[in-house]
Amino acid sequence: MPKHQLNPNNWVKLYSDYLFNYTITRVKDRETAQDLISETFLAGLKSKVNFKGEASERTWLISILKRKIIDHYRKINSKKGKAEVRMRYSSDSETEGDWLEERVADPFDKTAEDILVNSELGDAIHDCLDKLPENQANVFKMKTILNYETETICYDLNITASNLWVIIHRARIALADCMEKNWF
Amino acid sequence: MKKSFLFISCDEAKQICDKTQYGEATAWERLKLELRLSWCKFTKAYSKNNNKLTDAMKIAQVDCLNTSEREKLQKEFEQELTKHQ
Repeated sequence: MPKHQLNPNNWVKLYSDYLFNYTITRVKDRETAQDLISETFLAGLKSKVNFKGEASERTWLISILKRKIIDHYRKINSKKGKAEVRMRYSSDSETEGDWLEERVADPFDKTAEDILVNSELGDAIHDCLDKLPENQANVFKMKTILNYETETICYDLNITASNLWVIIHRARIALADCMEKNWF
Repeated sequence: MKKSFLFISCDEAKQICDKTQYGEATAWERLKLELRLSWCKFTKAYSKNNNKLTDAMKIAQVDCLNTSEREKLQKEFEQELTKHQ
C-alpha cells in the first residue's frame, strides 16, 4: 500500500498558502503566482494516476509547480527574447574605466545565499504554520502576514478583540516553540 | 499591601508584548511592560522569543493568499474537480 494518498478536495485548504509563498518569491507577481498554483492543481488532478505515493502530497505538488515556474520563464523568454542589458558609458578619456566600479557587486545587495536562506526560513515558518489549529493559523496569517486591521479580522471572523489576542498569543507561543526546534 | 497601579500580571504583560509586535500597544501599556521586563525573567524570556519570531517573519517576507484570492482559487478548482469526478 502506498505511503501517501492524494486528496484533491483538500489541496486549496492545505497547500495553497505554502505553494503561493514558494511561487511569489520566484515570480514576484501575485496574479501570475495564483495562475501558476491554479495550473499546478489542475495538472495534479489530470496526472493523479501517476502518483506513486512515495512522496507526500505537498512534495508532489511542489515538483509540478517547479516545472510550471520553469515553463512560465521559458514562455516569457520566447516572447521577449533573451534578457538583454544595454548600458551606455561615456567614452570620455577622463571618465574611462569608471563603469568598472559600477559593475562591482554591491556588498549591501542581497546575495543568492541570502535569498536562499530567506526562502528556507519562509518554508520553515509555513511548516510550523501548518501544524497550528486552523483558526489559530487563519487569525495569525490575517494579522501578521496580510497585515489586516484588528477590527477587520474581528468583523470577518465574528470574534471579539480579546478573543483575537488570545488566539494570536497561542499561535505565537506554538510558532516560536516550533521555530526554536526547527530553525533558531 | 496595595499593588501599584503600574503592576501588571505576567499574562497581561505577555498580551501587551503581543500587541507591541503589531504596534498596537498604547504608550501607557508599553511603560507597564517595560517595568515588568525589568524584573520578571519569564516576561523577559517570552518577549525575547516573541521578538525573534517577529524578526524571522520580517526577514523571510512570508506571504500567503488573502481571503478573496483563496476563495477564487477554491471556486475555480472546485469546478475542475466536478469535471474530473
